[in-house]
Amino acid sequence: MTENGNSAARAGAAAVADDGPKKTVKLNIFRGTEEDGKEVEYEVELAEGMVVLDAVLKIQAEQEDDLAVRWNCKAAHCGSCSAEINGKPKLLCKSRVEEYEGQEIHVQPLHAFPIIKDLVSDVSWNYEVSKGIKPFTSDEQAPFTMYEEDVERLYEPKKCIECFMCQDVCHVLRTHNKHEEFAGPRFFVRNQWLEMHPMDNQDRLEDVKEKDGVGLCNITKCCTEVCPVGIKITDNSIIPLKERVADEYYDPAKWLMRKIRGRKSMTNREAEAAKNGN
Amino acid sequence: MQATFEKVRLGNRHLEEGVQALSSVAAAWKKLPWWVEPFTVAGVLIAFGIYSTAVIVFAGGQYEQYISPFFSFTATMDTPAWAPAFITAPMLLLWIPLGFRATCYYYRKAYYRAFFWDPPACQASAQTKEPRSAENYRGERALFVLNNVHRYFLYASFFVIAFLWYEAFRTVFTYDAGVQIAVGSLLWFANIILVSAYTFSCHSFRHLIGGNMNCYSCVKGGGARRKTYNFVSRLNAKHPQWAWYSLFSLLFTDIYLRLIAAGTIQDYVLISFGG
Repeated sequence: MTENGNSAARAGAAAVADDGPKKTVKLNIFRGTEEDGKEVEYEVELAEGMVVLDAVLKIQAEQEDDLAVRWNCKAAHCGSCSAEINGKPKLLCKSRVEEYEGQEIHVQPLHAFPIIKDLVSDVSWNYEVSKGIKPFTSDEQAPFTMYEEDVERLYEPKKCIECFMCQDVCHVLRTHNKHEEFAGPRFFVRNQWLEMHPMDNQDRLEDVKEKDGVGLCNITKCCTEVCPVGIKITDNSIIPLKERVADEYYDPAKWLMRKIRGRKSMTNREAEAAKNGN
Repeated sequence: MQATFEKVRLGNRHLEEGVQALSSVAAAWKKLPWWVEPFTVAGVLIAFGIYSTAVIVFAGGQYEQYISPFFSFTATMDTPAWAPAFITAPMLLLWIPLGFRATCYYYRKAYYRAFFWDPPACQASAQTKEPRSAENYRGERALFVLNNVHRYFLYASFFVIAFLWYEAFRTVFTYDAGVQIAVGSLLWFANIILVSAYTFSCHSFRHLIGGNMNCYSCVKGGGARRKTYNFVSRLNAKHPQWAWYSLFSLLFTDIYLRLIAAGTIQDYVLISFGG
């Protein structure tokens, strides 16, 4: 099962072929399915600058044409080739074989999701979670007039390439299987982008707390460690959301002020009221 | 001119070598087995806990113009009559920094990893060592929901910070020795600068100062709040480092006070006026 087809895989492998590489590299690649799978050792010629995806595609082209691997852009932009190398989520196209010199290389699929075959996991659960997040909603008609100072924080969450490596490494999903109660880091990044957007008027804090389960995150930062585009997921998305949830649900002084003023929330509503001239 | 170029070149080379040495230490640290970090963090925090408990239970907090940061204004206080016998004066203060650090977003990460192994590290092999079953894992929804009180410890910390700054200045503007700068004064200032950097890089402070807003241009003073927020965000990026540096500076400052009080080392006066 090769999503891009064998011919494309062969083309990719051919592109990295070198005239005279003398060294070889051994890769232990997971083969099989969720129920019946094990690592198989392969040896391929090492080319200069070879990334793990090159090696996998070379094996697919020359030795195992039924080796399943998901890939697309080969430029760390599409997030398709995420897998686990030596127990850590990595983009196969961004991980040089040389980085693992002197170590065994073990390539496994993402384990937080059902394994379809070999290096391909079924990540469709993420798309279902995404559908459950209240979409961007505004009272105004686009195109909006927005100021740089109000949207500069939104560039970082928009860098997400949806590789789902943060979801894979998160122990709440991976070890505790809380898929029913917990949306995972990727969707806190999305929620943060929506919540901080100056033109959006939806309130997602109840969803973030209850449906998406931000309280299950214990901020151990594995998601931040693996993000291939360098989003500080914990510091800039999850913790700001936790603080907003604390404003709304866990801060007795703010609760009292809301009771006195008869408003649901202070800060964001205040800004919006001021903006509308109320 | 040639000599100047040579000096600059050598200076740059030394700087590069220093940076390389640091990055190679960081790279070497990353290559260590996953269990090294949680065990190191647990060891350091336990050692700090034992030291600070011993100090506040058994030792005094003042020597000449120096006041231990563990004691601050309680150094000259008597324990109130209503307090049980096991309570010492500094305990009336230390619940603030203890609570602030115990509920800090960075230290939460550190102790969930080091003490609860929830998880101990990110690698697949480390995550399998997590002792809690899926049914028992509640994250910060059960007992640890109390960590949401962090912002209140932050507010209380502002008072502690104010006193520590005052006490740092007191090491320079002394009652009996006039104005002087001694090695100890530098230590006290280094300590309060690091403690302030840690406190003001706090995620709750960042939220309070501007993280809770969606639109800076919509409100009066929004520009100033945005600038402050961006400054705090830059500090916040190094929050873990500030957390460790300030922990060690508290420790070294207190140890220094005890060493000069015992006469083991001398507190060299660098500059002195009057007195």
